[in-house]
Amino acid sequence: MTTSTPALTVPAATEGTANRPAPRQNKRNKPTGVDILVLVLTIVGAIAIAFPFLLILINSFKSPADYNSTGPLSFPGSLYLDGIVNFWERVNFPEKLWNSIWISGTVAVFAVVISVLNAFAIGIGRIRGNTWVVLAFLLANLLPQEALLYPLYNMFKAVGLYNNPWSVVIIFTVIQSAFGTYLLASVFGTFPKEVLEAAALDGASRWTTLWRVIVPISRPTLSVLLIFFFIWTWNEFLIPLTFLVDNSTQTVPVAISVLQGDRLMDVTTTSASALLGVIPTLIFFLIFQRTLTRGITAGAVK
Amino acid sequence: MATQVPFVRAQRPKKQREVSAFPDRGGRAAGWWLYLIPGLALLTFVVLIPLVWNVYLSFTEYRGIRPPEWIGLENWVKLIGDEEFWASFRNTIAMIVAMVIVPTVLGLLIAAVLFDIVGRKFGGRTASFLRATYYLPQILPVAVAGIVIGWILRPQNGALNEILGYVGLGDLAHNWLGSPDTALLSIMVVLIWVQLGYPVVIFMAALQRVDPELYEAAELDGAGWWQRFRAITVGMIRPEIFVVTLTCTIAALKVFGPIYVLTRGGPGTSTLVPSYYAYSEFFQSQQVGYGATIATALTILIGIVAVFFLRAQSAAERADREGL
Repeated sequence: MTTSTPALTVPAATEGTANRPAPRQNKRNKPTGVDILVLVLTIVGAIAIAFPFLLILINSFKSPADYNSTGPLSFPGSLYLDGIVNFWERVNFPEKLWNSIWISGTVAVFAVVISVLNAFAIGIGRIRGNTWVVLAFLLANLLPQEALLYPLYNMFKAVGLYNNPWSVVIIFTVIQSAFGTYLLASVFGTFPKEVLEAAALDGASRWTTLWRVIVPISRPTLSVLLIFFFIWTWNEFLIPLTFLVDNSTQTVPVAISVLQGDRLMDVTTTSASALLGVIPTLIFFLIFQRTLTRGITAGAVK
Repeated sequence: MATQVPFVRAQRPKKQREVSAFPDRGGRAAGWWLYLIPGLALLTFVVLIPLVWNVYLSFTEYRGIRPPEWIGLENWVKLIGDEEFWASFRNTIAMIVAMVIVPTVLGLLIAAVLFDIVGRKFGGRTASFLRATYYLPQILPVAVAGIVIGWILRPQNGALNEILGYVGLGDLAHNWLGSPDTALLSIMVVLIWVQLGYPVVIFMAALQRVDPELYEAAELDGAGWWQRFRAITVGMIRPEIFVVTLTCTIAALKVFGPIYVLTRGGPGTSTLVPSYYAYSEFFQSQQVGYGATIATALTILIGIVAVFFLRAQSAAERADREGL
């Protein structure tokens, strides 16, 4: 793993600092009163943001009777797991989990690859009319999804992919790569020219330069995209709800929302379903948090 | 603006024709299009054909069963006189405030503060932990968010009303999503909560490529935190600010999920938004033709906004390159 994060788009704006004595920060580790106030404020904000998650956590382990007598804010009187077990068995959770994982994972990888190819032509190749090409791709993001539903339903039905998870994979690969193309084209557009010139001088072809030079250097951005795509696809629900009618092909959010109308769902089982709905993305996020983190620490240590 | 960057660069006199940044001699300009083939092919099937199809449907009477019947501009005329449609557009402005303006401004401040103050003075771990917390709502599936928020805000023993009771403000207890006077505001607060983490993460990732020496130099020159924030932070991560504002604006214009799971546009039209309106015409009233008209109108509006943004962005990028 390379720990130095290569700058992607650094404009050469450092001439001004060249002849200054480099100031070493001896004052860095002494937080002032204002710094502490800022820290407290950001922590208070974070608690407010996390509050609904804490509520889910507390109430998933309560019995319905406990909930009815003490309300949503108290801690559970005793550990009650039936809510979670109920939901787990009712929806066959492992199956839903696997559906969500492979669909989101496949979309994330496909969409990053497509984004890289598109952005290479647009941002580095600077093909004619590149703004318009970006706009064409962005259409996938611009269109309200409801507008795509009817036509896509008919088209996938005609080719026999309706009620097949691959239909969802294809649709979201396009939708996510629209964003990726836009972001990467902008990032590649400011790619350091010297690096590209050096690669060309060494006789590298475009294809080699893309995979051996540009992709490795852009890896922090690509990982962020991969994480976003995975989570965004995971959370989607209108299109999966429409295209995956079979119980066995449903994703986690679809399974949860389908159960909502169910009269048999008591409030703590609902909470448990919410908990099981968040945990997988939370785990995924925590695993890849490092990728997002590397940037901050690199900046702070330098 | 580029002029805020305090280091003046030599100006290049004349604007040049855009050429590839990769100076290979043998390669031909047309070769770049090969890289677009997979992307464009997929785009055509999943987006372009349905788009054209949808525009066509907007000129028809179609209830989903018998084949569409061409009725010319009838749907469009109806749309212009449709009170509900305009109500939904007024609510879109509230969505832009809640999903673009507040999160971008707040996100910029939080990202800068986390990076510059918390990260430097209290360690990168604290900063990244806080960032992860702000990002939490973004990983919450909208189906789940609907359950949780609906449950916090519901009138009987909802968590918010309970809390108000605890702190002696029981009089303020309210049917937050169910009454026309608070429904829109409640949705806006929820959307800010959902949206905030996205700019924070993008901006913090962007800040990593800002040279720390810039800050140190500015500090030596006596620039205060606010000045450094405005001149360096905002100036250096401008590409990401563009990306965030554009994507959030698009998301705000076509917001659907939170409305669907929380209020279904109600009560009345107080939280109705265009894409939910289109959806209800498509799938509840079975007025597919009219639904397609609403969706097409929305697409056109979003397209105009996007073109405006992209042109501004590429103008800024070109100005940057020429300034180098």
